[in-house]
Amino acid sequence: MTRYSALSLLSQGVRGHRGWRPAWAKTHRPKPAYDAVIVGGGGHGLATAYYLAKTHGLSRVAVLEKGWIGGGNTGRNTTAVRSNYFYPESVALYDLALRLYEGLSKELNYNIMLSQRGMLIAAHTPAQMEICARIANAMQLNGVDGHLMTAAEAKARIPLLNQTRDARFALMGGVWQGRAGVARHDAVAWGYARAASALGVDIIENCTVTGIETQAGAVCGVQTNLGPIRTGRLGLAAAGATPGLAAMVGASLPIHTYALQAFVSEPVKPMLDTVLLYLGTGTYVSQSDKGELVFGGGLDRVPTHGQRGNLPAQETVVSGLLEMFPAFAQLKLLRQWAGVVDVVPDSSPVIGPLGPKGMFVNCGWGTGGFKAIPAGGWLLAHLLATGTHHTISRPFDIDRFTTGRLIDEAAGSGIAH
Amino acid sequence: MQQFPCPFCGLREETEFHFAAEAGKPRPEPAAQVSADRWAAYLYLSAAPKGEAHEIWVHRSCGEFFLMTRNTETRAVLATQALPGRAGE
Repeated sequence: MTRYSALSLLSQGVRGHRGWRPAWAKTHRPKPAYDAVIVGGGGHGLATAYYLAKTHGLSRVAVLEKGWIGGGNTGRNTTAVRSNYFYPESVALYDLALRLYEGLSKELNYNIMLSQRGMLIAAHTPAQMEICARIANAMQLNGVDGHLMTAAEAKARIPLLNQTRDARFALMGGVWQGRAGVARHDAVAWGYARAASALGVDIIENCTVTGIETQAGAVCGVQTNLGPIRTGRLGLAAAGATPGLAAMVGASLPIHTYALQAFVSEPVKPMLDTVLLYLGTGTYVSQSDKGELVFGGGLDRVPTHGQRGNLPAQETVVSGLLEMFPAFAQLKLLRQWAGVVDVVPDSSPVIGPLGPKGMFVNCGWGTGGFKAIPAGGWLLAHLLATGTHHTISRPFDIDRFTTGRLIDEAAGSGIAH
Repeated sequence: MQQFPCPFCGLREETEFHFAAEAGKPRPEPAAQVSADRWAAYLYLSAAPKGEAHEIWVHRSCGEFFLMTRNTETRAVLATQALPGRAGE
């Protein structure tokens, strides 16, 4: 692997950039057996493979991706990273991800373009302000940066916000997390793929799992369109496709699949330097480095596996954005798309063993999986390598639905899921 | 906008409807003998099928629950029918 540096850029520059090698090695035929197989070549699956090789020293690891790497929700989200959650279990999980993100460009030798520009959850009523104060207090008690922001501070931060007398939602303030921000989503997938590949991980695209083989209650391999692969350790990190994989061994998950849409406008000059979630409209928005406005909102309310959005959700999100920023009405939309998200009743992920011995899942991230990629990979790798939970993933085991210890972040943090 | 056929009101816009649950999950009885595992499975586990799905929806305008068979990939509606004991169109 060529190390990326200012020097390598300079030396390639004087040679017309003709000497760059592919960032990772494509494997077209899987080997007959691996120490661990991960199904799903998105951020979570690739990060799992990287930490398995790097932290746990497993050398024979394969990532099976039915399409192309990073082509699912990793490449379809609105790139926000944050850890402004309510429950201690959630903060431990999402802040592990944020801390790993903070060092990731250096760790992977790949610029993930992390920009910690801060995020405001904006409130418009006294009741919402009380919820915001509750979140800010919880964040501080959990040792994460965050504070309650006044209306004056918020207006100074985002001067373009509609605060005329006829604005539907007057700004009262909100919760601010300064370490939140955005990262280049494709770069996260590509960076993990490159680093994992350099450690010997096989990344196999266009490889669909068609069956899971078990023997005496333990995983012994998978069937794929490229032939059978033997393995005793299987990790599933396939978001909305995970229930279908689990069904191959008769296991079920507490997951419904919905389409979540995202939108990008034409590029304009810099005018929004934070990530903003408006509780009034449920729309969130940031501006990319290229100048495009990247925004989204709530789920389409129709369970689906099709990666397309419906019109009512588009109308809600776009009209919400225009209520917040009337000036944006002049912009054209460049693109609109959808990803299939795996939504769990308590809006927290499912991480842990499922079904036969040796099989583990990392799914149920719903609308918020991108921000958690390094933690999801870290924790699934720990499970695959040791067979036991990391203390951070233990509360997210599927057994919480039997014991009743749900981690209900949808209600607890006031986040639009 | 997609339209769904309510068995009582006919074709209406999708925003008038709400997905309630996957169909065909009998409530385990009697409650005193139901284990925590079975109860959790009844409450929370779902199939989230890709392709043909049998679901219970509610038409919020008339308040009736009904069965809908849909394709979750193409979003095509294959059939709707009133729940047993409720007279449809």
